[in-house]
Amino acid sequence: MDELLYFLQQTINGLTIGSTYALIAIGYTMVYGIIGMINFAHGEIYMIGTYIAFIVITGLAMMGIDNTLFLIVAALLVSMIVASAHGFAVERVAYRPVRGSKRLIALISAIGMSIFLQNYMRLAQGSRDKAIPNLLPGGWEFGGKGFVVNLSYMQVIIFVVTLLSMGALALFISRSRLGRACRACSQDRGMANLLGINTDLVISMTFVIGAALAAVAGLLLGMYYGVVNPYIGFLAGLKAFTAAVLGGIGSIPGAMLGGLILGIAEALTGGYLSSEYKDVVAFGLLILILLFRPWGILGKPEVEKI
Amino acid sequence: MASQLLHAGFSAGLTFVLGASVLGVELRSQGVNTIVAVEGPMTWLWLGVAVVIVFFHQLFRPRIEALRRRTWGGSRFSLPPLLRNHAQRRLMIALVIGALLLFPFLAQRSAIDLATLTLIYVMLGLGLNVVVGLAGLLDLGYVGFYAVGAYTYALLNNYLGFSFWEALPLAGAVTALFGYLLGFPVLRLRGDYLAIVTLGFGEIIRILLNNWTELTGGPNGISRIPKPTLFNLEFSRRAEEGNIPFHEFFGIPYDPSYKVMYLYILALLLTLATVYVIYRLMRMPIGRAWEALREDDIACRSLGLNPTGIKLSAFTIGASFAGFAGAFFAARQGFISPESFTFIESAIVLAIVVLGGMGSQLGVILAAIAMTLLPEIAREFNEYRMLLFGLIMVMMMVWRPQGLLPLKRPQMELKRG
Repeated sequence: MDELLYFLQQTINGLTIGSTYALIAIGYTMVYGIIGMINFAHGEIYMIGTYIAFIVITGLAMMGIDNTLFLIVAALLVSMIVASAHGFAVERVAYRPVRGSKRLIALISAIGMSIFLQNYMRLAQGSRDKAIPNLLPGGWEFGGKGFVVNLSYMQVIIFVVTLLSMGALALFISRSRLGRACRACSQDRGMANLLGINTDLVISMTFVIGAALAAVAGLLLGMYYGVVNPYIGFLAGLKAFTAAVLGGIGSIPGAMLGGLILGIAEALTGGYLSSEYKDVVAFGLLILILLFRPWGILGKPEVEKI
Repeated sequence: MASQLLHAGFSAGLTFVLGASVLGVELRSQGVNTIVAVEGPMTWLWLGVAVVIVFFHQLFRPRIEALRRRTWGGSRFSLPPLLRNHAQRRLMIALVIGALLLFPFLAQRSAIDLATLTLIYVMLGLGLNVVVGLAGLLDLGYVGFYAVGAYTYALLNNYLGFSFWEALPLAGAVTALFGYLLGFPVLRLRGDYLAIVTLGFGEIIRILLNNWTELTGGPNGISRIPKPTLFNLEFSRRAEEGNIPFHEFFGIPYDPSYKVMYLYILALLLTLATVYVIYRLMRMPIGRAWEALREDDIACRSLGLNPTGIKLSAFTIGASFAGFAGAFFAARQGFISPESFTFIESAIVLAIVVLGGMGSQLGVILAAIAMTLLPEIAREFNEYRMLLFGLIMVMMMVWRPQGLLPLKRPQMELKRG
């Protein structure tokens, strides 16, 4: 019985982390789907989102506001707006001028942007960990005599907010005019352009949406862990990228699935083997999937045309 | 004009949001609490200046660009040919090498030490240049091979008592083997996937070194790695048993700067060997094949070249140079830990290759010198080093993706009209 409960606990933890990976992964997968490049700086956008959320929460708390719901909603909105602005600016400055060139050139530009943003944050905000108090302490406990499964309120919030964001995104992509333009662009950008779709605008919107979702993940994970530093973006970005590839890059449901699988795989490794090798699992999974099934679980094999 | 005004206003607003949110406010730790501090008026003044500049730049951008096009007339910046023939070039190379060999006898100890460090980066840059610049494979885990080289020497010395000279070829060989084994499965992948997978490999190597405490000492690293010797002559005050110190052998008083000078000369010789080997490789069929493959994969295949084999050779050879550099690094530092082999190192070496001009050896050498010397000369600049590296990578890709000193090939162009 205890074994089962322990497994359940690890799965819950994994799903919590995994759903935030999925949120970040959507940014990678949408950008890849439309312009075919890996937005290496996306992890840093997530990191910036976390910082902004922390600044808003701390600032409002200093003004004497202690309504938790209000704090979270305000932090969510502000960090989404600011992260979107960053995503938009990054695309304009570093990606648009190199869009026509080789893949390698765009990727190096993206890596440069990632290093730049990380160090910009380090210089602006300091390299030490910054912490906020837990806004939603407590949770539900259930289970047997030996092992008690703990489901904290924070974890529930993460699930709920992630689900809502995903739902909003799915609705946006399938129903709205801009969403349809997005889908058209991902199928054939040149043709979409000929048919009167403003592809530049669509690409910008892709970055904005990706950044906004990364900011949601930043707020949620930031509140879950309670600390932020300028270096969190690198690893989170890599893992989210792994999630995107795992599910099939370019596919939005794939990113969600990939994030959840990666989160559970990580939590189980941490729970049963050793937490030191948690990151190795993510990288190992990435390498294996790229070697044996580069189009991922839900993706389609890409045919290279000559 | 209205749309132009709107666009400029939007850009200025965006600049304000970006600047105000990150630079304008700061999270500070105060005891156990975290507070938000609003920056002083100077920061906001600068931010205002930036916003105004962006506003007017965007407002008059079409005119600024037209003006720029008229003044520079679309001509591309290129260096005038310095050396006209082979004899001049040979003389120049001989002079430079002579000056580099004389350097340690004239310079201060700290300067020699810095020059040695620069030479390590030159070696790394040249090695990565084979993979990224010549073969066009973006390797983001290059530092992993550097680590393998360093740990090969350290471990061989620690457990089996190998000296530097015995371990150096082995370090190169082991690293090449790693390059081969890692390269074999991943080289089928397309460019950007390859980059991420190599990044993953680099991180896995670091994590393994960090956690395999019984073998590698984990985060504590390996210390007391002996310095290289000159035909068994040691450069310390007292030698290990059975060896003679350098100064006693020649009957001169002990001076610790001999060791620094010797390390410098060693690094110089290793670097020169690297330059020469890669220079020759570039002119061999395999080197031509690397570049051909970078330019057009499909054309290569249709001409009967085996892309996997060619890529693998570039990957392996590039890795082995990192192995030599790593072994030398371990010997110079005397202490290594996984801390020295983070992704940042890979990024620095990549920035060197990108800045120098992909495929160009002279460019990479000059870029390595600039990238290592600048932060040392201007200490206050050190803080901004990585920021600038990132910025340089972006700007180079946007404005001059071929690098500052791109590789020149003899070529003819038909005149138009």
